[in-house]
Amino acid sequence: MEIGPYILLASLEGAVTAAVLALTAVGLSLVFGVMRVVNVAHGEFFMLGAVLAWWVAQSVGGHPAVGFAAALVIAPLLVAAIAVVADMTVLKRIEYDPERTIVATIGILYIIQQVTLMTYGPDARPVEPPFNTRLAIPWFEFVDGKFQMYWPWGLSTTSYKLSVIAAAGVVLVGVWLMMARTKIGLLMRATQLDRETALAFGIPVERIYAIVFGMGAGLAALAAVLIVPIQQAHYLMGGDPLLLSFIVVIIGGLGSLPGTVLAAILIGLSDGIISVFFSPTLAKILATLLVALVLVFRPQGLFGVKTR
Amino acid sequence: MSDRQKTVLLHGGLLALLLGLQFVLPAYHHGNLARIMVLAVYAMGYNIMFGYTGLLSLGHALFFAAGMYGMGMSVQLLGATPAPAMIGGLIAGAVVAAALGALALRTADVAFMIVTLMFAQAGYLAVLYFGSVTRGDEGFVIQQAQRMMMGIDLSDATNRYFAAFILFALCLIAVLWLVQSPFGKVLVAIRENEERARMLGYDVFRHKLIAVILSGTMSAAAGAAYGLLFGYVGATFASVQYSIFPLLWVLLGGAGTALGPFIGTLFMFYLIDLSSNVTSAYMLIAGVALVVLTLFAPQGLIGEVRSRIWRWLP
Repeated sequence: MEIGPYILLASLEGAVTAAVLALTAVGLSLVFGVMRVVNVAHGEFFMLGAVLAWWVAQSVGGHPAVGFAAALVIAPLLVAAIAVVADMTVLKRIEYDPERTIVATIGILYIIQQVTLMTYGPDARPVEPPFNTRLAIPWFEFVDGKFQMYWPWGLSTTSYKLSVIAAAGVVLVGVWLMMARTKIGLLMRATQLDRETALAFGIPVERIYAIVFGMGAGLAALAAVLIVPIQQAHYLMGGDPLLLSFIVVIIGGLGSLPGTVLAAILIGLSDGIISVFFSPTLAKILATLLVALVLVFRPQGLFGVKTR
Repeated sequence: MSDRQKTVLLHGGLLALLLGLQFVLPAYHHGNLARIMVLAVYAMGYNIMFGYTGLLSLGHALFFAAGMYGMGMSVQLLGATPAPAMIGGLIAGAVVAAALGALALRTADVAFMIVTLMFAQAGYLAVLYFGSVTRGDEGFVIQQAQRMMMGIDLSDATNRYFAAFILFALCLIAVLWLVQSPFGKVLVAIRENEERARMLGYDVFRHKLIAVILSGTMSAAAGAAYGLLFGYVGATFASVQYSIFPLLWVLLGGAGTALGPFIGTLFMFYLIDLSSNVTSAYMLIAGVALVVLTLFAPQGLIGEVRSRIWRWLP
C-alpha cells in the first residue's frame, strides 16, 4: 500500500478520536468556563461512563443494540448524578476555591478509580457495538495516464465508527444550541460572565454550578459510551482522555467552546496521523510540552482572544 | 524558655528519638522508618515551595526522578561511586528545577499547577521513551557492589538507616535555618501577599526561583538517596502518583511547618501499608485523605497543633 491510503486510514481513525475527544473536552471546558475550576477527576467520569455502559449492556442482555441504547441513556445520567453529588458535598463546601478544588478533585479521581478497581476489577471488558458493518473504501490510482479505482487491502472503516462521528456532531450542536438559545444556557453564560452580578440578579448560581458540573461529567461519560465498543472498558482508561482534554482545552483557549471543538479536531486528527509516522510516546511528549509552553507564552490559547 | 530554645529542643528531641529508635525497632519497622525518613526529605523539599512560598506544584516527581536518574545514570553509565553519583543527582535536580522554574514561574495559580503537571508528565514519558538507557517501566537495580561508599555498605540495614537519618537531619536543620532566615521570611511574605512583597521592593521572581531550585534540589536529594539506599531506579518514581504523594504528605502533616512533612509521611506511609494488606486498591485511602483534608483540616495535623497549642512552631 502506498502512502495515500495510509493517511486516509489514519485520518478516519483520527476523526473518531477527534469526535470523542471533542465531547470530553467540551465537558471539561464547560466546567472551567462557567465555574472557573479545573476538574482533574474528569477522566474518571469518562472511565465511569465506559464501565457503567458495560454494566448496563451486560445486565440488559438481548440484542446488542438494546443494551447499547440503554447504556447510552443510563450511563451518562448516572455519572452526571454522581458528579452532582460530588459537587454538592465537596466542591460547594470549599467554595470553589481554584487550588483547593484541584486537590479535592485529585482525591475524587483516586476514590472513583480505586472503587472501580475494587468492584469492577482490573480486567478490560468489551461492549458489543449495536451495528458493525465493514465498509471498504476505494482508492484511486494513476496508471498509464488514466485513473483506476481499486480497493486496497486493509483500507476500511465500520458503519459504527462513522456513526460515532455523526453522533458526536449532533451532541455538540445540541450543546451549542442549549448554550445559545435556551434559558438555562443564558443563565450559564450570565454566571460565566460575572458570578457576583448573576447572584445579585437572583440567578441560583450554586444550582447552575451543580448542573454544569453534572453536564460536564455527563458529556465525558457519553463520549466514553460511544467509544467503548471500539476500545474496552478498563479502570485506568481515564488517564489519556484527561490529558488530551487538558491539551485541547488549553490550546483552544480556556473556556471557549468553539476553540475547544476546533482544537479537538486538530489534535484528534494529528494524533491519528502522527502516530502512523512517529512513536506514540514521542507524540505525547511533544503534546504535553506544547501545552506547557502554550500556557507559559500564550495563556489565552492558540485560538483564544485575550480578555481582561 | 524562648521560642528559639523550644524549637531547638523539640526538633533536637525528634532527631534524638529517631537515632535511639534504631536500636529497638524490629527489622520490618526499622526498614520502613529509613524509607519514611528519605521520603520525608522529599516532602520537606516540596514544603519549601508549597508550604512556605505558596506555590502549589503538581510536578515534583520530575525533581525526585531527576535526582534518582541523575544518580542512577552516573552509576550505570559512568561507573560512579555513591558519593559522586549523589552529587550527580543533586546537579540534575538543580538544573531541572532552574529550567522549570524559569518557565513555569511566568504563570501563576491554576496555570502554574497545570504547567508543572505537564512538564512532569513530559519527563515521565521521556524516561519511557529513552527506555534503551533508562530501562523504562522495568527500571534497573543498583547492585550491592555499586553501593559501597568509602568502605561502607549502604545496602546493609543499619548503615542504610544511618544514611537516611543523616540526610533527614541535615535537611530538617536546613529547613529550620531557612525559614528563620530573612530569605525565608520573604518567602512567607510572598505567600501571604505577593503584591505587598513586590511593593516593599523585594524581587519576587528571583525569590520564587530560588525557592523552586532549593525545593527541587532537596527533592532530588531524596530521589537520589532513595535509589541508592534501596537499590532500585524505575519510571514509577517519575509518574503522576509520585507528584501527588508529597502534596498529600504535606497537606496531612501541615503545610508551612518544619515537622509537618515528616509527620504526614509517617502517618500516610503506615496507613497505606496497613490498607495494602487488606486490598490492592490502597490508593483509595490517599483519595479519601485528600478530600477529607481539603474539607475539614486544610492546615494539617501540625498546623492544627500550631494554631491551637504551640503558636511558636516554625
